[in-house]
Amino acid sequence: MTRRLMPLLVVVSMAACGAPATSGCASANCGVLPSPTSLTVFAAASLQPAFDSIGQRLKAQQNITVTFSYAGSQTLSAQLGQGAPADVFASADTAHMTQVSDAGLVAEGWPRTFAHNRLEIAVERGNPKGIHSLADLSRSGLVVVLADPSVPAGKYAAQVLAAAHVTVHAASLEPQVTGVLSKVALGEADAGIVYVSDVVTSGKVDGVAIPDDQNVSADYPIAVLKSATDADAATRFADFVISADGQTILKAAGFQGA
Amino acid sequence: MLLAAIGLLLFLLPLAGLVVKAPWSQVGPALGAPETASALGLSLLCSLCATAAALVLGIPLALLLSRTSGTLRRLLRALTTLPMVLPPVVGGVALLLAFGRRGLVGSLLYQAFGVQIPFTTTAAVMAETFVAMPFLVIAVEAGMRSLDHRYEEAARALGASSWTVFSRVTLPLLRPAIFSGAVLCWARALGEFGATITFAGNFPGRTQTVPIAVYIALESNPDSAIVLSLILLAVSIAVLVGMRDRWLGAP
Repeated sequence: MTRRLMPLLVVVSMAACGAPATSGCASANCGVLPSPTSLTVFAAASLQPAFDSIGQRLKAQQNITVTFSYAGSQTLSAQLGQGAPADVFASADTAHMTQVSDAGLVAEGWPRTFAHNRLEIAVERGNPKGIHSLADLSRSGLVVVLADPSVPAGKYAAQVLAAAHVTVHAASLEPQVTGVLSKVALGEADAGIVYVSDVVTSGKVDGVAIPDDQNVSADYPIAVLKSATDADAATRFADFVISADGQTILKAAGFQGA
Repeated sequence: MLLAAIGLLLFLLPLAGLVVKAPWSQVGPALGAPETASALGLSLLCSLCATAAALVLGIPLALLLSRTSGTLRRLLRALTTLPMVLPPVVGGVALLLAFGRRGLVGSLLYQAFGVQIPFTTTAAVMAETFVAMPFLVIAVEAGMRSLDHRYEEAARALGASSWTVFSRVTLPLLRPAIFSGAVLCWARALGEFGATITFAGNFPGRTQTVPIAVYIALESNPDSAIVLSLILLAVSIAVLVGMRDRWLGAP
């Protein structure tokens, strides 16, 4: 239904606005659009809590309704490659963003890195199995769940474990990092390697920090796509994410700033 | 006639797409790759075990269903066909909540024996049995209902015990229904994805069946996913075509 109304909305908003697109609009208070606009944003699963907040903020302040599609970055980049319609793509690593831009789908001037994330060990509340370091994950009898290596989080986890010379016998390799989190939260797994942001926003698991010298810093790029039906609104979304307000929301969710 | 042709096209076109767009040059190396062999072997093992479990549990269940009537039968039938209606992932979540470490039954098993079902091959078989058994139960129940009960009555009148009647008269008469139910059940178990990945997880060699392997490969290596799909398609076609009509009870 939204897709059918889109051309009409674009014409109406263009006629009503008249003024050219305000690119480089860095704060949230740049001119409210007179008519409602819709956006589709493909975002990595780990971004859900932060982006949901950003979506609510943009709805209130700029009348932009954002529909999010959250999944592993590898799922989203494959869907975009197959022609799925979206306006903005936010990935959990540069490799999948590069895949999308190599396919010629990214608009001029993008992508830009908007956040970083580090890895953390998620354990059940109260840490009943007494896990305090990466090395503890190789203990026999422990049920450890990781993300599949084809997922950014899984790739990073493999890097971190290899660098620390720890061998983990994973019980399952989940297709999304949020799958790892939920297995730990459900009590089916004793531990899993997820992002710091996942632990912060979950509230159902405890985190065991991985020291910086063993950890990786994941770069999260965002890009406006060439297929965006409303490039102006898409740019406003992406600009908001990079703006001070957007960064505050991301940091509250456990990410590190751009 | 036209509608039948459209129906046929609906089945034919996706299969044709798979065959025509496949990277045939990569089929050879993919067949030899250890991951392919392990996913295929695991899929066959789990689906056969699930079918066996469905036969052992489903035939008595169908017998029970055919002998009840009224509200009880309606309730039982709703219960046994529920897994068909439930989205597979929901089925997987339900299995976790029943048999997981904190589950209804699973927690007792874990605390008493240290037994953990999720993330094991057993879990994959359980997930497949859960979604596929209803097909067998329905087919066998329908078969039982259409049986001519006079044969059983005659056998009983001649002095045969209940077990003899069941094993020597009822079961052989039901063979076409059991066979077609078993094939449907096996096919459904082979293709199961949602319940398996939720309850059993994904690990090569232990729980990564072909549908899960295809799903994971599709995003990082589409060619390999297509090849895996082709292999499963070939195995399935071989089994379905190899089945004789008379086994299925067709005239």
